[in-house]
Parts: sequence; C-alpha cells; structure tokens
Amino acid sequence: MAFDYTPYLRMSKMPHLWCPGCGIGIVVKSMIRAIDRMGWDKNDIAVVSGIGCTSRAPGYLDMNTLHTTHGRSISFATGIKLVRPEKHVIVIAGDGDMTAIGGNHFIHACRRNIDITCIIVNNNIYGMTGGQYSPTTPRGAKAATAPWGNMDASFNLTDLAIGAGATYVARGQVGNGTQMERFIRDGLSHHGFSVIETLANCHTQYGRRNKLPDPMQLIKDIQEHSVSKSKAEKMNPEEMEGKLIIGELYKNTQRPEFCDEYEKLCQRVQELTKKVEAPV
Amino acid sequence: MADRFEARFSAVGGQGVILAGDLLARAAYEEGKFSVQSPTYTAQVRGGPTKIDVIISEEKILYPRTMAIDFFLSLAQRSFDSFGVGLKPGCTILVDPNLVHDCKGHKNVYRIPVIDLTHTGLGRIVYTSVVALGAMVELTHVVKNETIQKIVEKHAPKGTEKQNLKALDIGFSAAAAAKADE
Amino acid sequence: MSQVVFWTGNEVTAEAGIAAGCRFFGGYPITPSSEIAAVMAKRLPMENGIFIQMEDEIAAMGACIGAAMAGAKSMTATSGPGFSLKQEHIGFACMVEAPCVIVNVQRGGPSTGLPTHPAQSDLMQARWGTHGDHAIIALAPAYLRELYLEIIRAFNLSEKFRLPVIVLIDEILGHMSECFEVPEPHEYTIFNRVKTDKSPEEYNPYEVSDGELVPPMANYFEGYRFHATGLNHDKTGFPTTDQVLCQTDEVRKHEKIAQNRAEIDSWEEIMLDDAEVLVIAFGSTARGAQTAVEEVRKDGIRAGLFRPITVWPFPEERVRELAQGKKAVIVAEMNLGQMILEVERVAHSDVKIVGCQKIGGIPIEPYEIVAKIREVG
Ligand SMILES: Cc1ncc(C[n+]2csc(CCOP(=O)(O)OP(=O)(O)O)c2C)c(N)n1
Ligand code: SF4
Repeated sequence: MAFDYTPYLRMSKMPHLWCPGCGIGIVVKSMIRAIDRMGWDKNDIAVVSGIGCTSRAPGYLDMNTLHTTHGRSISFATGIKLVRPEKHVIVIAGDGDMTAIGGNHFIHACRRNIDITCIIVNNNIYGMTGGQYSPTTPRGAKAATAPWGNMDASFNLTDLAIGAGATYVARGQVGNGTQMERFIRDGLSHHGFSVIETLANCHTQYGRRNKLPDPMQLIKDIQEHSVSKSKAEKMNPEEMEGKLIIGELYKNTQRPEFCDEYEKLCQRVQELTKKVEAPV
Repeated sequence: MADRFEARFSAVGGQGVILAGDLLARAAYEEGKFSVQSPTYTAQVRGGPTKIDVIISEEKILYPRTMAIDFFLSLAQRSFDSFGVGLKPGCTILVDPNLVHDCKGHKNVYRIPVIDLTHTGLGRIVYTSVVALGAMVELTHVVKNETIQKIVEKHAPKGTEKQNLKALDIGFSAAAAAKADE
Repeated sequence: MSQVVFWTGNEVTAEAGIAAGCRFFGGYPITPSSEIAAVMAKRLPMENGIFIQMEDEIAAMGACIGAAMAGAKSMTATSGPGFSLKQEHIGFACMVEAPCVIVNVQRGGPSTGLPTHPAQSDLMQARWGTHGDHAIIALAPAYLRELYLEIIRAFNLSEKFRLPVIVLIDEILGHMSECFEVPEPHEYTIFNRVKTDKSPEEYNPYEVSDGELVPPMANYFEGYRFHATGLNHDKTGFPTTDQVLCQTDEVRKHEKIAQNRAEIDSWEEIMLDDAEVLVIAFGSTARGAQTAVEEVRKDGIRAGLFRPITVWPFPEERVRELAQGKKAVIVAEMNLGQMILEVERVAHSDVKIVGCQKIGGIPIEPYEIVAKIREVG
C-alpha cells in the first residue's frame, strides 16, 4: 500500500510553492516517512527553518512549526529544545541558509551536541533568491552571481559537521529516497546533534545555468557524482575528485548531550546551594 | 546637596578599595543614610590605578558620580596623580607616605603608613584597605565607628571577620594619633 | 524584614528578571552588560531556569524567542554592537508577537565606541533599530530600586501585549550600586501571558475577538500545532500578501500600544507646578538634571523636571501640555540630540527648545545643566 502522507501535512496549504520536480519534495517525503517510523505524536514535534525554498517546508507540516530568519533557525530551535528537552526538534535548511549566513550557528550547535536533528537540503545554489552561488556550489559551475563560472572553493558539509563535533552525520541523495529516509530516521533516534545532508536538485536555478535543466537529468548527475562508502574506500584521491560519499559517515554515542548536561548542572547546583541563601 | 559627602578610595591594582567602598556604603545605609557606589572604568589594565567613589547623603542621592570630593585616599603616587582631581577645597586627604611623596601642594593631608601598620599589626597586607577605611572613618566621622565595626563584622568575607575588625582598630588609632599631632 | 542589598545595576537587572519569572537567558558577553549574564549563569540553575551563552547576539536573541514560543519567560542583555546585532530578531519577535525582554546597557558609540563608558545614544535605535514599521515599548529607569521594578514591568508588558520590551540603562546604572530594600512580592504584580481557551481545531494564533488587540497564546507542544513566520501573515499565522490583511495585522500591533497608553506610560514630574523652564531628561542623566533643577530653584529660577520612564512610546501628549507656555524647554541627554527630536516633534512651534548634549563617555554634570537653565531662564 502506498504511504499516506496526508496525516502529516497541512493539506489546506497545498499546492506548495516548489517547482515541479524540485528535490525538496523528495527530502520532505523521506522525512515524513522517517517520523512516521519513529511513531512520534505530531504534537511533540517542532520543525524550525530559516529562509529559502527549503525553509518553506514547515508551513506544510502539521506540527509545531516556526519559520524564522535566514540562517538562524538553529538558534530558535536551541531555545525551544532547552525549554522542552523531552520533545523532538527538527531543523530543515538550505545549503546557503545553514552554511553561509548560518554557518556559525551550525558549527556551534555541532559543538554543543544538542539533541536536534538538522536536515540540510544541499542543492548547490541559492534557490529562492534566483540562483546565486552558495558555499557548496562546485568550482566552475555557473550561478547568477558567478556568470563566468564559480571561482570560490566549496565546503564539504559532512566533514564540516564532523569536525565541529556533530555526533551523527550522514549524507543521502534524492535518487534514493528509501536510503535517505533511513539516514533521517537514524538521525531522529540519535541522542545528540545529528546532521543529514541531502543532495538535491534545483533544476530551476542550478540546472538551467549548468546545462541540466531537467529534474531527471540533474538527479542523474547528482547520482553520478555520488559514491557509496564501500566504493569510496577502494578509490584513490584522483578518482574521488568531485565526488561525494553517500552513507552514514559518523556516529558517536559517547559524547555528552547538551540538555542532559544542563540538567545535571542544575541538579549539582541545587544540591550545592540547598541551604545557602541567594547571594546578597 | 549640602549634606552630600563624597569619598574616593584609590590604589594600584587589587580589589581592596572596592571592598572598603562597599563596606562604607553599607554602613551609611545602616545609619539611615543613602549611599551610592560608583566605579569609573578607565582603560584598565591589571595592576593599574583603580578607584572607587562612594557618595553618602541624608537625602536620596541624585547625581551618581562625584562633583566635589570630601575625602580622598591614595595608596600610590600613580593613583594620586590619576585620581586626585575634583577635590573640594579643604578635602581630607589620606596617603601612605611611603608610597605617595608628592601631594601637589594640597593642604589637610594625613600621612599614615597604612601598609607598614597592616604588615606589623596583621602580618598580611591584604587588610590594608580596611586599615585605611578605619582611619578614614576616624578622620571624617562620616559614619560612626561602631557602625563600620558592625558592618565589617557582618559583611567581611567569611572567616576574615576578626582580622578585618583588628584592621579597623589599627586604622582608628593611627588616625586618632595623627589628629592629635595636628 | 525585607532584604537590603547593595547590588550593582547589572545585578539588580538579573535578580529582578528572576523575580519576574524569567527562566531563560540567552546571552553573549559584552561590556558593560556582561555581569548580567554572569549573575544569570550563577542563579538560573538554582531556579530550574536555563542559561546559555550563545555564539553571538543574534543567536542569543533567537534562542530567547524560541524559548518564549515554548512557554518560558526569556531575557537577553547586551550593549553597543550587540544591540545592533539583535535588531534582526527584535523585528522577528515583533512579527510573531513573542514576549521577551532585551536589556541594553548603553555605552558610547558608534561601532566599538567606548566599551566602558556610558551613553544614551541608542534611544532612537531602540525605537527604529529593526527594519520595517513596528511598535515597541522601551523603559528607561534612573534608580536601582526603580530598575528592579521596571524590569518586572518589562516582563509584565511583554507578556500582556506579546511583544519584545527593551529596557535602556547605561554604563553608569549598570555598574553603580545603591543600597536599597528589595521590593517584596506584594509590592508588585506578575502578569503571565493569556492562554487561549479555544480548542486546537478552533484556534488561530493571531485571531482576536471583538474589541481585543492581543491574541491569546498557545505554547508549542500543547496540542495546537500552529505555524509562526516572520513573513506577513493573516490570523491563521500563514503567510499572506493580501494588502488589507497585512495592513490590518500590522495596524493591530500598533494599536496594542496606542490603545493601552494609560497602562504603558510612566514618568516622573518634579517641581513642575510653577515651572517656567522645563527640563526633560531620562535614565541616569535625569538624576543630575534633578540636582540642577533643585540648585537653580535656590536662586529663584523656576525650573522643573520631566523624566520619562517609558521612553517608547514617547509621552507625546504630556510633553506637549507641559511645554506649552514655558520660557524654554531643555532636553539633556548623553547623545547628540535624539530625545530632543521627539520633543521638537510634539511641542508647539512657538516654544524655545534647546539641547544640553554631551558624548564621549563622561556624564552630563549638574553644573552643565545649571548653566543651560541660567542661560535660558
Ligand atoms: C538576512 C538575509 N539576507 C538575505 C536574504 C535573502 N535570501 C533569502 S533565501 C536566500 C538563500 C536561499 O538559498 P538556500 O539557503 O541554499 O536555500 P534554497 O532556497 O536553495 O532552498 C537568501 C540569500 C534574507 N532573507 N535574509
Ligand atoms: S527554485 Fe530550485 S530549490 Fe526552489 S523550488 Fe524551484 S527547484 Fe526547488
């Protein structure tokens, strides 16, 4: 039986504003299936986003949703999570949103290892504002603000997340929704800051400028630039050039989680100050 | 404004004068007066000159910074030079003569070697500012000696009450002697 | 017996926040406000509250809003450049109507300016710092006991009217200490946000019933699953570009303040009954201004002081009334002329209005205001 997404969607808000065939839809569907597998009550889930095409997703999700400012969704999500640590907080963001303007918030959330699941839709471009280059636009690719080809170096988002201290990091791609769903589910069940990068097509803004205007063409291109973990292990650096590894890339269940640590701190402080008056 | 009393404690480095200012302000409040403590932050380096201003009044204190200083304490030439400004004519000045040599022609200067007195009396110079506070109270009577004793006993860091009370006494008698010398 | 304290203004701010029910503080260190965060870091864990030092002021403000949406009373404190950084999210809080309190311990500027010295030059920024039309409340106490009560009032107003409330103090008030008795709980009221009594099916996050202006709130995770966005939205909380809906909603947010002036306004009038010269000053400057007024009275010059405590909205009507027929109005402020713009805007055109302005980190001393009064009086 086909999966029924409607219980998780605000059907009255349809049709959505994404271009037909946009990769964001595949990511959102995978995310809904992953949430469904978790068996969570919709009332217990908050979805927070910034600004961009991707960040419009919360508006369509029948949960507690907050559409914030460009790049800064994680800061709001941090406040929500700290006040209600027993609830589930998910952040969804574009590559520009999370790693350009939001880069600082992103690495610090990784460092804190706060129990938030962060899904980054990496379409290698600023979709919403009309195809300007982002921190993940490949060298040489064209963008509205790189008409002669992008000369800027790009981030490897999963390396960035691992380096900054995230404790679950995976990369999926829109050509394989089932696998993506599994990564998101593992991220949701992970107790700590989890990052799931999803390689997605923005054929409208990225594809059109780079001779890949058709969604299927672009998805195929993304797949061609993706290699599985096991394959990657057998490849040399030259062969890996321009390729991204798909899979669960890092998992660490030992590092302390921020809300747990804060809870412990409160207990310790209250124990210590039980009989002591407030400072004068 | 008439009954307003402004005191400035200055030294080089250390938190001692801050504590002295705090205790004086509390003592004034204890006597039903109003008190304000107003630090001015200079581009401070550790070990540089520091100061604390305490304003005491029978009435609600409006302007929270000094206008005309009634009492000035300096425990270092550098602090004297930096902060010995805005003094009221006839301002009572207390200096440690081993550290402040040039009082810029000011009158009404009491020279009490507070550091030496602290060292010989208590063995540790951390109480210097409380010795100076005792001397200040004896010289100005801006609060009663008993009040400052009471406050020192109540608010000095735990475990140091006795030493601080002794420091006050050293200050009281040194100032009394200095006045008698006049 | 009530507790006598000798706290600095920054300590007062933190303790008053806790008394008001603040249980979330998101901060980022900056002189001269840092001690507020330090006290909160020490105290909040004792009260089951949350303290977090974020990676910058934008994040600190974002975290406060997130916390507010999840049900906590939240606060942040900053100065100078930090206040500039918070502006984006102050606008967001206005847009989603999230209650929160922002304390700005003003220092000299622009840019890094004078980190350890006072100024009152963020008055206009408090009003207009974030982009777009928005209504805001800003309070500027002058005494530390008053600061305690105004912090509590800031929380009350933010909860009641669902908006960010700014408390403007300055380096002088932040760092000075003043002995006072901590107000007892029976001396103030605590207001908590009005929660919706509707069912989740009927609930619209920005719907108000007839004659009301403040939509009752639901917090996240209470079964309401609503949406909030920084985009203009209709009563359902979802984006709209419908001009009428956008305007109606924004006008409502202004009206929340405009129609509740009696509750929001606050000022002090000193020796104004027979005054010929009106001095207007706020915050720490008003203390010296009162000294000046008392001083010139001794020489028979009839001067009086008007001290706005709520600075935004500006007390237009009262200033207009008071300025009427005065020999002169003097506006004393630690900036190059901000409140005077408001006074000029609201006073009748035939009144002489002069500024007594000073920047550079040294407060305006009473004698300087005395001289100004003598000049015009
Ligand atoms: C402070 C700020 N700067 C710039 C913008 C304009 N802006 C909106 S979305 C966006 C980039 C969107 O790209 P991305 O985050 O990659 O998301 P996508 O649209 O591709 O999903 C930008 C620059 C903004 N809204 N706010
Ligand atoms: S512009 Fe690109 S990212 Fe945005 S909806 Fe269209 S295809 Fe998707």
